[in-house]
Amino acid sequence: MTENLYITASCSIAGNVVVKDGKKLFENAETNAQLFLVSIYQHFALNYPRFYKMDNLAKLGWLATEILLDASFSKQDYQPEEIGLVFSNRSGSLDTDIKYYETVKTIASPALFVYTLPNIVMGEICIRHHFKGENDFFIFDRFDAGFLQEYMAHLFATGAVRACIGGWIEILDNDYHASVFLIEQKKKENALLFTEENIHHIYQITHG
Amino acid sequence: MDKLMSDLKRQIVEQLNLQHVKPEEIGDDQPLFVEGLGLDSIDALELIVLLQQQYNIKLNNAEDGPKVFQSVRTMAAYIQSQRA
Repeated sequence: MTENLYITASCSIAGNVVVKDGKKLFENAETNAQLFLVSIYQHFALNYPRFYKMDNLAKLGWLATEILLDASFSKQDYQPEEIGLVFSNRSGSLDTDIKYYETVKTIASPALFVYTLPNIVMGEICIRHHFKGENDFFIFDRFDAGFLQEYMAHLFATGAVRACIGGWIEILDNDYHASVFLIEQKKKENALLFTEENIHHIYQITHG
Repeated sequence: MDKLMSDLKRQIVEQLNLQHVKPEEIGDDQPLFVEGLGLDSIDALELIVLLQQQYNIKLNNAEDGPKVFQSVRTMAAYIQSQRA
């Protein structure tokens, strides 16, 4: 089954760098994660006011997916129910949980509360792109390329998805790393086979 | 009333993270929800928090919400009525 699946695009955001399909697209020296994410939004001239309301995890995942799904992705080739998301990270929504906890001491913030689950990032992406397929978010100690490869291949094998975005979206304070990839069944120019090694290689591009 | 409305516009932009909106761009009578400023149900809760934090006013009757949060002017009028 895996030989029919391809990584047709990838995007990583880490260490002040944005990489798309192995090429560096943006870099600056901003040390504050939130300000760096806003600088990416501004650099790519994205226009989605809801972005500013998102927590940092959602901002990071939304930006990575936005850059991942540029003009090369033909959304119209798929039904909304055929496009899935499988993400993972280490800290869940802890970055926002901590901020929310601070507000609870006085008046709890509803806007922060709604982001105290890590899977909300997938909701933001689905709202943006009108995806209605499988959504899964896993919490691991570290990036597990083998698990993601096996799990996503199973989704294709069972017909649950015909396209799927997977990866790692981690942020805690100013430590962040997003590495996402698009899996499709059709081979495109420069596509990589959907293997554990290739997923790991994409992750390593921005993780030393 | 003008000063209060000006303060409210600034506070709404800050509290709701409307970084794409300048306070002075919000009209006094512009609807805050749906076709106006485009706020949603979570923003409504944040406006309730704003009233409580900034003006020490609690919205006791939830049914008053749509009327109070219709525009900056109706919010200001509500604040003034609660202060009276």
